[in-house]
Amino acid sequence: MSAVSVQALARQIAAEVADPELPMLTLEDLGVLRDVELTADGTVIASLTPTYSGCPAMAEMRADVDARLRDAGFEHVEIRTVLDPPWTTAWITPDGRRKLAEHGIAPPTTTAHAGAPASAGPVLLQLSPTRRAPLPCPRCGSPETEETSRFSATACRALWRCRSCLEPFEHVKEI
Amino acid sequence: MTDDHVYLALAEEHEGTDARWAFGTGFEDPLHGVDTDVPAGVDTVELAAACTALGDDALVSAQRLAEWCTNAPELEDEVALANIGLDLLGQARLLYTRAGQVDGTGRGEDDFAYLREASEFRNLRLAELPNGDFAFSVARLLVFSTWRLALFTQLAASSPDPVLSAIAAKAVKETTYHLRYAADWTVRLGDGTELSARKMGAAMEQVAVFLDEVCEAGAKSAVDAVALREAVIAQLRHVCDVATLVYPAPGQDPLRGRDGQHTEYLAPLIEELQSLARALPGAVW
Repeated sequence: MSAVSVQALARQIAAEVADPELPMLTLEDLGVLRDVELTADGTVIASLTPTYSGCPAMAEMRADVDARLRDAGFEHVEIRTVLDPPWTTAWITPDGRRKLAEHGIAPPTTTAHAGAPASAGPVLLQLSPTRRAPLPCPRCGSPETEETSRFSATACRALWRCRSCLEPFEHVKEI
Repeated sequence: MTDDHVYLALAEEHEGTDARWAFGTGFEDPLHGVDTDVPAGVDTVELAAACTALGDDALVSAQRLAEWCTNAPELEDEVALANIGLDLLGQARLLYTRAGQVDGTGRGEDDFAYLREASEFRNLRLAELPNGDFAFSVARLLVFSTWRLALFTQLAASSPDPVLSAIAAKAVKETTYHLRYAADWTVRLGDGTELSARKMGAAMEQVAVFLDEVCEAGAKSAVDAVALREAVIAQLRHVCDVATLVYPAPGQDPLRGRDGQHTEYLAPLIEELQSLARALPGAVW
């Protein structure tokens, strides 16, 4: 195989690794796989970016990508952490959003895009009675939903409920 | 290997390579593989001190937030407070790792968290105070997140160290959620019943004693101290206005956690935090 197709194979293997907490998503869907390189001496360098600073799944993601690549026959594997630019929910791919919705998790409403999101960061948090537009319920599609908690079982999710079908659901919150 | 279970994948042995278990290997290094060079001209002593102090703020705050588990008013709030603590713990890990890289000692995150005496911590005094009632914890989180968001917004834009800048940029996004949580509760309690308003107002007065300490901290390392203080005050005033609370006059606590001047509450907190690591040196869990 040529170097290009070997690199493409390594990329494909790394891209198909499932997220430990949201297993319907691959690391590529989630947008945490930044790059897969093949060096001249045959080392595969996979670059991952953490979602949240404290996300406990990060070590597992690194170990899993490493193990899958070795299992596929790559002898020299290096996993690198990339912090800049920081991950945001804008890195979740359109495919990833579709899969989340199919599994009853409301995807983030920020638009997906391939490049680095540029955000200066809010300086003054404005409090006002007007809240965000409600999310459509991922089960019945009703817009009659409400947030019950901005925090949930993992750092990246919030708790919502639907007032029409009365089901609770999770939402990958915008960050 | 065909097994999809990640723990089996982790335990898989790879002959002739480094151990691949997640604990006790390079995998526990949260900055694993990050370019660790320090740019020329950066004062490494100052940078290490800044990273350590910001890490101490985060670790001590995370420990206090964890104490709310099984004690918060609602299950959702336990989850929220634990999540906020987890974010801060993650920030502490990154900051300690960076401190150990630049201070020349080669210390890792565990050395900073578990093997220093309480007197060596440089966290804000505000962070170490006992949780008090829920209003006090909310008021403290409001002040702490407001300051940390303003500081990290500056560091993300202007820290001469690209690693600290990247850690800060990540933390900005998380801290925005922390601030919103604290601000929402401040409004709910401040603009709530007569009792909740009284408790929230009293809590704001208690934390205001430490406002000067908070605003001064982080004034080194390419931070505009005047802009930082203005941003903090403007945010707190806005939240107090919406919460129908009187903006408290800043208090006069003259002591500084950044100089190692701590309250009597820090040592027992650190003792509990370090108990396992001290009892079983080198233990992995």
